[in-house]
Order: sequence, then C-alpha cells, then structure tokens
Amino acid sequence: MNDRALTLETDEIDGFSLNRRALLKTGVAASFVLAVSAQGVVYAQGAAPAKKYGAASMPGGTVDNPLVFVSIADDGQVTIVASRVEMGTGVRTSLPMVVADEMDADWARVTVVQADADEARYGNQNVDGSRSVRHFFEPMRRCGAAARQMLEAAAAAQWSVPVAEVKATLHEVVHEKTGQRLGYGQLAKAAAKQPIPPDDKRRLKTASEFRYIGKEVVRAVDLQNISRGTAKYGIDPHMPGMVFAVIARPAVLGAALKSYKADRALKVPGVIKVVEIPKYTGPTVYQPLGGLAVVASNTWAAIQGRNALELNWSESENARYDSVSFRKLMQDVASKPGKAVRNNGDAVAALQKADPKNRFTAEYYIPHLAHASMEPPSATVLIKDDGTCDIWSSVQDPQNALDNVVKLVGTAKEKTTLHPLLIGGAFGRKSNCDFVTEAAFIAKAMPGRPVKVVWTREDDVQHDFYHTVSIEHLEAAIGPDGMPTAWLHRTVAPTIGSLYNPKAEGESPGEYGMGAVNLPYEIPNFRVETGDVPAMTRIGWFRSVINIPHAFATQCFVAELAHRAGQDPKEYALKLIGPPRKINPLTAFDDISNYSESPLIYPFDTGRQRDVIEAACKGAGWGRKLPKGHGLGLGFSYCFMTYTATVVEVAVDDKGGVTVVAADMAIDCGPQVMPERIRAQMEGAVIMGLSLALMSEITFQKGAAVQSNFNSYLVARHTDSPPVVRTHLVNNHLQTPPGGVGEPPLPPVAPAIANAIFAATGKRIRDLPIKSLS
Amino acid sequence: MTTTLSINGQQRSIEAPPDTPLLWVLRDELGMTGTKFGCGMALCGACTVHMNGSPIRSCVTPISVVGNQPIATIENMENDEVGRAVQRAWVDLSVPQCGYCQAGQIMSAVGLLRTNRTPSDDDISGAMGGNICRCGTYHRIHAAVKQAAAQLSGGKTS
Repeated sequence: MNDRALTLETDEIDGFSLNRRALLKTGVAASFVLAVSAQGVVYAQGAAPAKKYGAASMPGGTVDNPLVFVSIADDGQVTIVASRVEMGTGVRTSLPMVVADEMDADWARVTVVQADADEARYGNQNVDGSRSVRHFFEPMRRCGAAARQMLEAAAAAQWSVPVAEVKATLHEVVHEKTGQRLGYGQLAKAAAKQPIPPDDKRRLKTASEFRYIGKEVVRAVDLQNISRGTAKYGIDPHMPGMVFAVIARPAVLGAALKSYKADRALKVPGVIKVVEIPKYTGPTVYQPLGGLAVVASNTWAAIQGRNALELNWSESENARYDSVSFRKLMQDVASKPGKAVRNNGDAVAALQKADPKNRFTAEYYIPHLAHASMEPPSATVLIKDDGTCDIWSSVQDPQNALDNVVKLVGTAKEKTTLHPLLIGGAFGRKSNCDFVTEAAFIAKAMPGRPVKVVWTREDDVQHDFYHTVSIEHLEAAIGPDGMPTAWLHRTVAPTIGSLYNPKAEGESPGEYGMGAVNLPYEIPNFRVETGDVPAMTRIGWFRSVINIPHAFATQCFVAELAHRAGQDPKEYALKLIGPPRKINPLTAFDDISNYSESPLIYPFDTGRQRDVIEAACKGAGWGRKLPKGHGLGLGFSYCFMTYTATVVEVAVDDKGGVTVVAADMAIDCGPQVMPERIRAQMEGAVIMGLSLALMSEITFQKGAAVQSNFNSYLVARHTDSPPVVRTHLVNNHLQTPPGGVGEPPLPPVAPAIANAIFAATGKRIRDLPIKSLS
Repeated sequence: MTTTLSINGQQRSIEAPPDTPLLWVLRDELGMTGTKFGCGMALCGACTVHMNGSPIRSCVTPISVVGNQPIATIENMENDEVGRAVQRAWVDLSVPQCGYCQAGQIMSAVGLLRTNRTPSDDDISGAMGGNICRCGTYHRIHAAVKQAAAQLSGGKTS
C-alpha cells in the first residue's frame, strides 16, 4: 500500500511533476480513498425547484463526498484536497480547514494538496464571484462531518460498542466508558469501508464545537513558502527544454494580422521561431486577440525579437474608440429616458411635478480600470507527440481554461490536464483564459517543448478585459422633510455581455443587480433605467464589478441629498434604509439576478446593513471634532450577499493634495470562517479603493489603451497607504447563509473618500479618479 | 557569450548576451523563480535582489553591469540574520495575500534594515515606496518591518 500517494505538495514544489496527474487519476491513493469508489454526492442548494440558485446553478455544482477530498495515511497524516485555486483570499486554506474542523483532525497533521481542473470530480472550481466560502462552506462541513462519522463507525465496530458511545476528538476516536482510543491512521482502512452517511444523517458541529472555524488558529498554508520565495505561481514553471514566448497583439480590438516580416526578429540571439496566433472568432470572452508569437530561449530574447517584428494589422471599427468622445456619447444617452429595469410608483411624474428647487440632479463618471495583478498573465503548455497536453497556469476558472484549449486548439479532452498554480493576483482578470489558449496554440506548433507565454506589463495594461466605463445619472425630488420622494437612476455603461455577444448593449440583470436596482431605500417613487452604448474594447470582471460605479454614484448622491437637507449623512442614510426588515429582492426590487442566489435564502436584510454602518461609524468616531482640512466620509454597500460600510478620514492640504489618514471598515458576511483572512481582504480593499478613487484610469485613443505600465497606470503605493486601518467584523453567526468576502469590501471605499473630501473642503467629487483638487 | 555571476555565494556560468537583464537570467536560465517579474521598468519592485548587499531592480540591471559583484536573492534570505528576522515578521503578521510581490518587498525591507535598525515611519515608507502590492498589504508590511526592526535592534524602536 502506498500510503502517501496523494501527497502532492512535494511534487508541486520540486517542479510541476507530471506524476501529479497520474496520481490523481489512476487512484493509487491512500487507504481511505482506495477502498471505496463512491460517486460524488451533488449537494443542491436553493428553494424553488423551477430555477437553480447558488452553487446548484454553477457548472459542476458542489461535491461533498469525503472520499473525493480526504485521505488518511496509516501514520495518521491527513491529506485534504483544495479543489479551488488560491489567489490571495485564503481559500486554499479555509475550505480544507473547514473539512479538518468537522472531522476533528489535528491541523498540524493535515497536508493540503491542490486539485487539477476536474469539475466532474470536485464540483465547481471557478474562483470568481466571491463564491468559494459562500458555495462550499456547507458542502465542506458535510464532507468533514461524513469523514468523522465514518471514523467513529469504524471504531465502534472494532470495539463492538454502539456508535453513539464513541466520539472523534482531535485525530482519534475515544470510547469514554472503557478508555479505549484509536488514532485516525489506525482507523483509516476500516473507515473507508464504512458507508458514506446519507445527506440527512450527517451531523454537523454546533458553532461552539468548532476548533478552527471562526478562530485565529490556522495560518495560510502558503505563508512560509511565500516568505521564502519557494511558492510556485502560474508564471513560475521551469522545465528542461522549455521555451519562452511573448506575443504581438493588435492594439485595437478586432484588428487582425494581415502580414508580417520576422527576418530581423529571427536574427535576435535566442529567438527560435514565430508562431501565428489565430484571432478569436465569435465571442471574445475566452479567446485570444490573435497576433504573432515570438518564441525564444528566454523571455528577454523573445521581447527583443518582438521589438524587431514588422507587423501589418487590418483595420477595425473599434479604432474610433476615444474616451473623450465616448464620455459625451454616454452623457447624451444618460440625458434621455432609457430602459426601465425597476419601477415603483411613478418617479418620472413625481420629478416633473416637483418644484425645481426641490429637484436635484447629479452625474458621475467612473473610467475604465485595468486589473494590473502583480503577476501578469502567464501559462505553460506541453503537448507531446502522443497527444497528451499538460497545462500549468494561474487561472480562476481551471476547468473552463482546459475546455477552451480542447475546443480551440483541438487537443483530446481525455489527454488534457490543467494543473492550477498559485495566482499572483487576479481580481477577475484571470477568469478569462485567453493567455492559456495562446500558450496551447504555440505548444501545438512545438510538440515536446514546454512553452511558457509571458505577458509583459505593457501587454497586461493594454490588452486587459477592462472594468467598464460609466456615466451614472441620478435625479431626486425632495420632500418637505428633506427625504427623497422620487429617485431616478440612469446607468450607462458598456456591458460584460459584449464578451458573449459583441452587439450587446445595456446592462444585464446581473449588472444592474449590483447596487442599482437592489437598494432598500424607503422612497415611494423609485426608477432605475439602463442606457445602450456599445462596447469597443473587452469589458471584464473587475473585483466587485459594476458595484464600483453604482456604489460610487449612489453613495455620493445620498450624501449630497443629506447635505441639501442639512442633515448628518449617517443619520440620513439610516432614515433612507429604514427599520430592520427582510426584503425579497425579486418582488421588491425587480432584482431578477440577486447574484444568482435564492431571494428566499438571501433576502436583503436592512438590519445587517444598518449594523455595519453603525460599526464603521463607531470605529471612526463619527461626529468627532476634526483637525482643519480633515473630513469624515461614509459609504456602504451590499455586494455578493455581504453587507459592508466604510468610513474614511481624509486630510486635504493647501495645494489640494488628498491623503487618506484612516479607514474604518465594517463587514457582515454571515459566518466568519477565517476572520484574519477576512480582515486582510478588507485592508486590501482600502488600498484598491484608494487607487481607483485617487489615481487609476485607463483611457482610449484611436481604439488603443493609452496607458501601458505603472508609470502611466497609477496604483497606490506604500506611501499612499493610510496609517490607520481598522476592521470591524460584525454579526458572526451560522443563522445567516455565508456571503462573499473578496469583493464586497471594495465598493464603499471610493464614495467614502469622495464624501470625506466634501466634508473637509466643501468640494463635490463626481469624477474619478480625483487626482488632485487643485 | 559566457558570463560568470556570483549568486547566493555560488559562481554560476551562463550563456547570454551582456545586455540581458539579471531578472531573466535568474528566472529563465537558472530556474530561480523566487525573484518575480512585475513591470520590466523598475517601477514595481517585484524583481528586487541585492547587489553588494543593497537592493537593486534586476529587471533593468544587465548582467554586464553585475559582473562579479555578489548577488543575493530571496532564496538566500534564510542564511541572512536580517533576512530571517524579516521573513519571520512576515509570517507572524500574515502579511501576504496572493504573495507574488512579497519576495521583492522582503528584499527591500532587508535592504533597509541592514543599514537602519531603527527606521522611522517615513524611513519605512521611503524604502518600501518602490514596491507595489496590488492586494494592498502595505499596512501589514509596515508593521512587519517595524517588528523585524525591533527584533534586530533588541527592542529599540525609533
């Protein structure tokens, strides 16, 4: 018996061994796995049978079969599979930790191994949409609980005592009456032969029994390797015979390579060959832009070779994309009625009837953003003469990346394997797997050679799937008490739907369901419209997606209304939200998306929204006397089923320079699995929010992105970091279903900064980035 | 052309044109992937290594400039008193999120603490200002540099 066959950690560290695939797929596994070959139990969440919600609506659903995720060696070492990829949120630790907690394993004797792409086996593996804990917390609990019960059943059988008399406790099963105890390693073989407890027989721990969940005991599994420089990212494979490629891509979306001369490039020392990359056909969502790859013996030589190419591109109608004129187009569209996507009462009539002095209009602009993860996109592919195709990359959606290689490059699915490596930052960019397909195209032209494609920073900034650009037009009619009697929000932005249908215009339900229609304000006449504008570049998923402009506009607008009413912005916001109550987003907001979650399981809970506002304000000392030039601003959001609020203190100097002095962030994400990692996400969101509020902007001229590297696409640095960041985690309980954590803290930051600047200076911010007030 | 470099105390001979940046020699020729590529223009600090004990950006440093001057990378920091203190502080405070930039961050921090055991807040911000972290771990980086400084200076802080 090979007790350690599933221990893949060493393979990962020593260089991307091909044995990993063989080990996982042939079933030469530890004893706990070997004995039983049960099918995965697909756990379906959701209320209504007609429509699938949550995890059940995702490809692969969820799997909670302990034999898929857990193996126990004879010496008691427990191996738990991380089926989802780490990109910095902590999920490679948190979900295995949930399994370990429910099975009452000793974390010091747990090894975490990374799963290959295989959704049929593991359930959904796509780490976007802040879904990992939301969709897998309960399945992983059930998985661990089943393993614990199988260990208990094995011990009870061995001792011939009722199973109710034994208890699994920290890596051993104990029979208190007789004092007998057996370690998990001793029980592994017998436990594997026990039937897997059916769904209704799995006994989950109570919160008070948790050993790791919600505690600050377990540290991120990659922490040591990262600090030593031994952690392996998607850009890090190094193999004998490896070649390196960079790709010349069209500056304008839709342009294609008409002709090229590579003579000079091929004379650059180290350059081996050039390979054409086919341009996408149809939807752009997962396909390469097309272009010409230069393959060399190292990345530098490939870059030099690319510089020496002579390229002739076809025309594209997107060459007329210009950020200045496009803004005017969006403003024009936003000045006219759009398509109503939520309509309560009659906001249009109420606005028309209102005395002009009680009418208030504001328009907000938020530019394109680039993700600029510190690890640029990169993938390594090796296609052998026998047709096997191995892929190593840092992708958020491994199964989809694999499937696209099969579909577009024509490898055999059963011979194609994707080995996910650590993601060096993604923020949504690596949900699109175009760079993996690029590497596979080149590898197909160079059988037997591992091919690594590296995107330079210029490639990354100029060929991103950008965060959309938007105009948010808001109008309100104000009643005698200063509160709005009508609210009209017209949101105009190129849609992510254009990735699937290039002609798509107007926000999709999933987009206007991100903080446009689903606002719980007690306003009798409430209308949201979307306006149609084309997408002339690739629009992608950026951390919290279109919550960014929606929250910026609506949160600034609420603060502006409070100011007009002469009321405190926090008290005004609480009045707008109204008393604690649970709102059905489908029936009350016309929110047919609700982040694909059931409106019954995930209602909008205004009490939780109020709680985070109170917590952030309390932390910041809302209302306190401030030094000259300082101001406090509030922003709040409901994003991916989680409630957040941020209070920022800014200082504005005589020259109009803005410094964020302090941030207080509050979150209610339901159960808190790894509070320390939740805090880390909140701290990071302050910095990303600060970046997009104060300095980051992608603009287009003649269809091409103007910015190219960190000298033109600016992001926050250490010197910009607020000296004080306080995080407030509220309402940790199992009664509410889990919410997301990666994205939700971001949306309130920019409006909080803008509102703080107003408090400090009286100057209203309606355009991002703010840059300087002078 | 053959160049001999001194990396982490070892002589390494490589075949590469003299204008090749040290970064790509480390990563692609020698397989030392702890040093990261971030921008290629000395704008982000992900590629930071030490030459003669001081931080440099390996992405813009040709091997002809390096010559036989000693290079130290993240992989050698465990053999360095300051390196160990910084790595320990990074782990103690759970600094990394995605972790990709952290090798460069650690190399910059070690460079600072090698010459200044009692850095002020401004000293830290100044020394770390060239290292971008897109996950936004600056707050913890700052605290970790202070912790490492305190450990190295026997508890003294500025």
